[in-house]
Amino acid sequence: MLAVDGIPTPEDLAAKIPPPERLAKGPVVIAECFQPIPCDPCSHACPRQAIGPFEDINEIPQVDYDKCNGCGQCITRCPGLALFVVDLTYSEKEALVKLPYEFLPLPAEGQEVTGMNRAGEKVCRARVVKVVATEKMDKTAVVWLAVPKELAMEVRHFVITHV
Amino acid sequence: MQQEISFVEIAVIGGGPAGLCAALEAANAGARVILLDRQDRLGGQLIKQTHRFFGSRSHRASERGINIAAELTGQVISHPLIEALTGATVFGFYEDGVLGVEQEGRVFYLKPSRVIVATGASEKNLAFPNNDLPGIYGAGAVQTLVNVYGILPGKRVLMVGAGNIGVIVSYQLLQAGMEVAAIVEAAPRIGAYWVHAAKVRRAGVPIYTSHTIKRAYGEQEVEEAVIWQLDEQGQPVPGTEKDFAVDTICLSVGLSPLVELLAQAGCRLAYVPQLGGHVPLRDANLQTTVPGVYVAGDAAGVEEASAAMMEGALAGLHAAYSLGYGRAGYEDRRRELQHQLDSLRSGPVGEKIRTGLARVLAG
Repeated sequence: MLAVDGIPTPEDLAAKIPPPERLAKGPVVIAECFQPIPCDPCSHACPRQAIGPFEDINEIPQVDYDKCNGCGQCITRCPGLALFVVDLTYSEKEALVKLPYEFLPLPAEGQEVTGMNRAGEKVCRARVVKVVATEKMDKTAVVWLAVPKELAMEVRHFVITHV
Repeated sequence: MQQEISFVEIAVIGGGPAGLCAALEAANAGARVILLDRQDRLGGQLIKQTHRFFGSRSHRASERGINIAAELTGQVISHPLIEALTGATVFGFYEDGVLGVEQEGRVFYLKPSRVIVATGASEKNLAFPNNDLPGIYGAGAVQTLVNVYGILPGKRVLMVGAGNIGVIVSYQLLQAGMEVAAIVEAAPRIGAYWVHAAKVRRAGVPIYTSHTIKRAYGEQEVEEAVIWQLDEQGQPVPGTEKDFAVDTICLSVGLSPLVELLAQAGCRLAYVPQLGGHVPLRDANLQTTVPGVYVAGDAAGVEEASAAMMEGALAGLHAAYSLGYGRAGYEDRRRELQHQLDSLRSGPVGEKIRTGLARVLAG
């Protein structure tokens, strides 16, 4: 449980996962923000106004999945690093997970890394598809990971493991 | 020996987020400000806060503390109405409203018409056997060591305290290349924003709530830490001990407002646990019970830097206004700042602050 050990429960997550029909259409944001805290940059970050608007900055972000096209521009704006984009249509066996990453060195495109779940457990090998780190992103990179499709809702971090 | 006293309009003591914003707000209204900070550079705790801030646009949300420090410091230094002195320690607040200042061995005195005390807070300690071993630090001290000076305190750390500072510093130690063995928290729930907890957890750091440190071991320095579980009454449960081989222990068990100067000034203080300890009574303009003496930031009650900036601005605005500056637009600006501050505190995580403030706000 988040408040006790930092790990969201399946019930916590159920409310955050877009409906299967939307996931089947392509990339979409998942806002893993579970606590009303005074914070609203995500709602200003979206060029399509798919998040918010907030009447009160303590609101939990609500995503309009029809407006969201999974561009991922919001990912680096979230101070909690709680926004992810998942694309279940990436390939037959793999899904794409775009996640925020603030560690150095950045991985190289094509590199094999170890995917971690929300509990910090190593769950799979994953392939770095793309690394986006522009100056405007101010040191929060977005890493696109290809992961086994069944782990698309599990992998939320990775480590570069040296052989 | 005869001492020279300089008369100044507004003195701001402390150049952290509250003090910088207080100085800017007052100077923007037209008042002349002298800003004093005992450190060698302005910015206070902002200069080591490499994480992005929460809040909304007006609170500079999503910007990193270090960038906010650079921006505010730049504005302060280039402002024609602000004189900023670093390495300048205010050592006394005398009965006649005179401040004693020491800077590089030179002592001088100021008689300000208004004083804004933004001195911040200091880290609390925790009593446990061997807590004086080298390798045991305050989390804030380690954050300074790592993020300001680029020095790692060790290889593997145990963090005591899962409030925002404990969890954020843990994350920054991971970024710096340390291993974080665990975060322990005596309370049954994580105090930090859960998104912070989630990001260290997925990076592999276990968080043990309802646990505390039992003792540290080591000959010359820390070699091992033992934690144990606390029951519902907060009593340790023998047999639940866990050992961690660590060379560093960080204590992040709260902050105490630094109110010595306010006490010397004669401001009425109250002990308010929700605000971190003894804090001055104040009105909505952050004016204390001593007319002309204001407080802002962690010295007024331990809170986030974004709130400190808003408080500083409110104090600076009113201090200038009371001297006759910034009359036009004053009420609109005051209302805007107050609204921004209220919105930060309005949610469930602001409840503790609201409860504490209810005990110190008057007028």
